Amino acid sequence: MKKPSDSSDVPNPTRRDFLLLTASAVGAVGAAYFAWPFLDSMNPAADILAQSTIDVDLSPIAEGQAITVVWRGKPIFIRHRTQAEIQAAEATPLKDLIDPQTDQDRVKKGHNPWLVVVGICTHLGCIPTGNKPTETRGKYGGWACPCHGSLYDVSGRVRRGPAPLNLEVPPYTFLTATSIRIGSGVASAVTPKL
Amino acid sequence: MSKKSNTYNDETVEKNSAASAPPLHCSTAPLRQWIDHRLPIFTFIDKELTKYPTPKNLNYWWNFGSLSGITLVIMILSGIFLAMHYDPSADKAFESVEYIMRNVNYGWFMRYLHANGASMFFILVYIHMFRGLYYGSYKAPRELLWMLGVVILILMMATAFMGYVLPWGQMSYWGATVITNLFSVFPFGESIVQWLWGGFSVSGPTLNRFFVLHYLFPFLIVGVVCLHLVALHQHGSNNPLGIECKKEEKIPFHPYYTVKDLFGLGIFAAIWSYFIFFEPNFFGEPDNYIPANPLVTPPHIVPEWYFLPFYAILRSIPNKLFGVIAMFGAVLILFVLPWLDRSKVRSATFRPIFKWVFWVFVLNCLVLGFVGAHSPDYVYSSGVSNQILGQVTTFLYFAFFLIALPLMGIFEKPRPLPTSLLMIFFLSGPPAICADQHWSFENPLGTYDRAELQHGFEIYKQVCAACHGLDQVRFRDLEGLGYTGEEVKKIASAYKVADINDQGEPAERLALPTDLFPNPYKNEKAARAANNGAHPPDLSLIIKAREGGAHYVFDLLTSYKATPPKNVELAAGMSYNPIFPGGQIAMPPPSL
Repeated sequence: MKKPSDSSDVPNPTRRDFLLLTASAVGAVGAAYFAWPFLDSMNPAADILAQSTIDVDLSPIAEGQAITVVWRGKPIFIRHRTQAEIQAAEATPLKDLIDPQTDQDRVKKGHNPWLVVVGICTHLGCIPTGNKPTETRGKYGGWACPCHGSLYDVSGRVRRGPAPLNLEVPPYTFLTATSIRIGSGVASAVTPKL
Repeated sequence: MSKKSNTYNDETVEKNSAASAPPLHCSTAPLRQWIDHRLPIFTFIDKELTKYPTPKNLNYWWNFGSLSGITLVIMILSGIFLAMHYDPSADKAFESVEYIMRNVNYGWFMRYLHANGASMFFILVYIHMFRGLYYGSYKAPRELLWMLGVVILILMMATAFMGYVLPWGQMSYWGATVITNLFSVFPFGESIVQWLWGGFSVSGPTLNRFFVLHYLFPFLIVGVVCLHLVALHQHGSNNPLGIECKKEEKIPFHPYYTVKDLFGLGIFAAIWSYFIFFEPNFFGEPDNYIPANPLVTPPHIVPEWYFLPFYAILRSIPNKLFGVIAMFGAVLILFVLPWLDRSKVRSATFRPIFKWVFWVFVLNCLVLGFVGAHSPDYVYSSGVSNQILGQVTTFLYFAFFLIALPLMGIFEKPRPLPTSLLMIFFLSGPPAICADQHWSFENPLGTYDRAELQHGFEIYKQVCAACHGLDQVRFRDLEGLGYTGEEVKKIASAYKVADINDQGEPAERLALPTDLFPNPYKNEKAARAANNGAHPPDLSLIIKAREGGAHYVFDLLTSYKATPPKNVELAAGMSYNPIFPGGQIAMPPPSL
């Protein structure tokens, strides 16, 4: 790699410099390639990932009934609301809400009888009561948290604190009119290497 | 590029390093100076790693020290990440290793990296030690350097021994039992052994403490390695000629030996990778894929290959106490090596008698390894008994240190092993399994035939599943056989699994892809009651848990004979199968 010498102080790049640069670059790529499995091993393992979506059949849930399913280790409340409950939820003025959100924003269009929320109180994480017919639903007809008294309405919105936010709506889609898939991403886990 | 002269003075050494150092740090020089003034790391690196004068005639046998150091670091890293998922309790340990293999991202890679790394580490260290032996690197002024190395070896052996116990397989358990029992030779031996065990046998407490100590010891090794390197830098490396090296005959460590070491690392990494990706169980024992069973001793208890020579020495002495003394003595004698070898000449290059004695010693060590691999009752095809061979080679091992080395000045007829010795091992023959069946997945570049796998699964369902469980496999793992997610769901829903209903009572529900295959029996006792007292083994690991793998299983299933030979008396309920160890098997011929 002979080049005509110029008057600058930096010596012309030599073959040695070229080799050093390319070897270092390949070495850096190799090191990253070697490091990745170690870092990735700390990511959720295949069995954890396998729980990342669940399919729920809604047909057995009668109007007025609610069930609890487990998704990613968390309880999910699925309530089949009556027409009266839907109307009451839609009619609530936003100024009455601690965390203003319309009912329409919390359900899927065309499927408003179905409310799907994460059953964890947004205050400090207890599970509110109200799913079972024997449990109290609180003044607002939704859920009541036994730990510190937060109350939620039939749209899962917080109406009395100390909880600051509405019950979280997880990502879900309707597969058919009577079944939903909670969670996004692939339906089943990554295949382990044989 | 101009030719460099053959003589190196300090100025040349300086020029060599300056010309090759890329101008990377100019802009950070003030920061480096600030740090260096307070903690001289940069000065240290510059002196001990960059400029460090090294003999220019080192050959590739000098690569093994740095390779060992790198392997130590990789073992610690892989060990730490494995420890994030490993469970050291007796009932969960085996399962947690399978969890790592099957569920943790790249868990299989880290497990195989770590397990094969242990074997690689010992290969490197043994070669490193033989290099020291050949070139006299243990002689003055490097005696302490050598002795620190022996300390590292002992710590490595302890670490490896405890590490092998952790998967809690049959070999883990019984190897631990045999070796911990050795300590009963000491005064108050029984109490010592109970103290080691934390109980009355190798059990949960033993496993727990071995895990903790296995995690600790590598850091002790790192400490001793630092001392080892300090001792090395005191007088610098030895060289193949064994003579003192003049200043002009040394070159800076960087770039010459950093590059040479990197090259050696590349070759070594390729070899290590071959084992990890193509023959990951080459160094292992199939019996260790069977969960530990305190009530069943494997027919042959064998330690890992790197312990075999010492195991052979232990067994060659019929007396328990002297056997243990001999085994520990075989390692401890290495400490006094610098004082046993009286020759003033370092390198074997200039010691024609020692050179031959050295290679005989290496051969002797290899033979000791073979002896350790076979039982003492074994007789080789040439008629030589393993026990006698073990005693001869043990004697030769100690004779090398205690007789040959001190007397090296005197002309002495070496005692060669019979030249036909190598033939002995080839004649003893491969196992009786015929390897006529050719599998598509056999060779390193083979693949699985998914259609065949699915066919095999159908056979399992129709023939085997009535008695054999698949306890470690989940339905979603069937995607590895080529089934789609929908097909897997359909397969799963044909099974029922135990669950509890909302009232808390036991009930059944349809299986999901995330469920494990349900066992055909409620528990082990039920399995034995239904099968003439025998427990049909779980099939999740059957290929890895049997010597010969797929060949063995295939031969077993196809070798049933309706009528046993005349001299065999079948016990009640047994069938005759020449492939099964012992010839009598409780499983009736399957209707394939």
